Amino acid sequence: MLKKKLSCMVALFLTMLFTHLVSAQELPPKPNPPKLVNDFAGVLSAEQRDALENKLVAFNDSTSTQIAIVLIQSTGIYPVDDYAIALYRDWGIGQKGKDNGALILAAMSDRRMTIITGYGLEGSLPDAICKRIIELVIKPEFKEQNYYEGLDAATTEMMQRVKGEFTADESYSSNGQDSILPAILMVLAIFFLIFSVRIARVRRYARLNSIGFWTAWTLLNAADRANRGNRGSNWGGGSSWGGDSSWGGGSSGGFGGFGGGSTGGGGASGGW
Amino acid sequence: MKRSFIIIGVILLIVFIIYRFFAGSYNQMVSEDENVKNKWAQVENQYQQRMDLIPNLVNTVKGAAEFEKGTLTAVVEARASATQVKVDPSQLTPENIQKFQAAQGQLSTALGRLLMVVENYPNLKANQNFLELQATLEGTERRIAVARKDFNDAAQTFNTYIRRFPQTLLAGMFGFSQKGYFQSDKGAEKAPEVKF
Repeated sequence: MLKKKLSCMVALFLTMLFTHLVSAQELPPKPNPPKLVNDFAGVLSAEQRDALENKLVAFNDSTSTQIAIVLIQSTGIYPVDDYAIALYRDWGIGQKGKDNGALILAAMSDRRMTIITGYGLEGSLPDAICKRIIELVIKPEFKEQNYYEGLDAATTEMMQRVKGEFTADESYSSNGQDSILPAILMVLAIFFLIFSVRIARVRRYARLNSIGFWTAWTLLNAADRANRGNRGSNWGGGSSWGGDSSWGGGSSGGFGGFGGGSTGGGGASGGW
Repeated sequence: MKRSFIIIGVILLIVFIIYRFFAGSYNQMVSEDENVKNKWAQVENQYQQRMDLIPNLVNTVKGAAEFEKGTLTAVVEARASATQVKVDPSQLTPENIQKFQAAQGQLSTALGRLLMVVENYPNLKANQNFLELQATLEGTERRIAVARKDFNDAAQTFNTYIRRFPQTLLAGMFGFSQKGYFQSDKGAEKAPEVKF
């Protein structure tokens, strides 16, 4: 009985050992600020990296599809696709709910690479296509150590295939609304607060002086305007509104960040 | 008078606490159970995908190389017998999982042999259709591995939950039993041997 239990435990342990994917500590940390091109192996020049990054960010902005590139030295004891799937999930590549992400990962000294697609891209980038991109587009360039050229051509090819599958409109309605709607509500709430304080003040003024509401309103306005000349407005912190509000500016220029991470392991792997 | 109110209050409180405990554990078990079933559906899906690829693969290979009929027949037969083994998602017992895995494992072995033999046929390896099928099959095998790992994780969470005290007292009462795991395939740890 005990023996059986023990062997069960051992079997279980072995299962865990062999099917366990890479643990999070062994993965490179999620880039902060988020970046789509992550060259941990240092094979791209700064200009090449920026060119790729700009290209991929622009594609993300227009189609909401995230293609991430990760270059590392080695995946250690793990197969390159296990490593890439773990990284894909850990970083959360793709948009939440759409899972439209893809990861190109190359381990430079292992000379192995893989393309992993999220659930949302399995249709436009089926495994056979990923394999073909690796074999026919990336491999020849990588063999000549033209890493930038290979990645550039591969991302172009992938973009063409993905194009039309997702649009930016979707991304704004699902992703943008999250951040804009609360902002609008907050602005409205502040307006409302200031306005109601103001009205209360006018009411009190009207009651105290037994004059009509609108008369009080005009009088108070005039008084405030006069006051502002002397020692600044006392209800007008409001004048700083419009000016420095950073609407939309927040996301301009950079890459917004990852949010998905669901992949069933679609894609392909190869060596060079 | 006052005392009886207090007693009734205490009893009500105890009943409420017990109710919360039962309901909470039960609901948690149900959602964990559903999660395991969902992951199982993924596993089945991916295995089914592989089954669907095989007829196409067999035809392509048959057309391009009239070789070892035995290898092809082995694949077709293994597929046929794997189709027979279906697991009811509400009966994910260790025995059922093991049976399922054994049937699929046989198919994996037969397929592996086929793909190895194919290496000897350059005309097949230049066949675009075959290359695509091979890439798709490779992808499917990886998806199977991922789905199996996700299933094992879900099953482990479930098993841990129902075996912990005090849920372990209730699990049997509610009719929940432990789920099985996929074991690592025998021989999968070592690379296939090539004989000359």
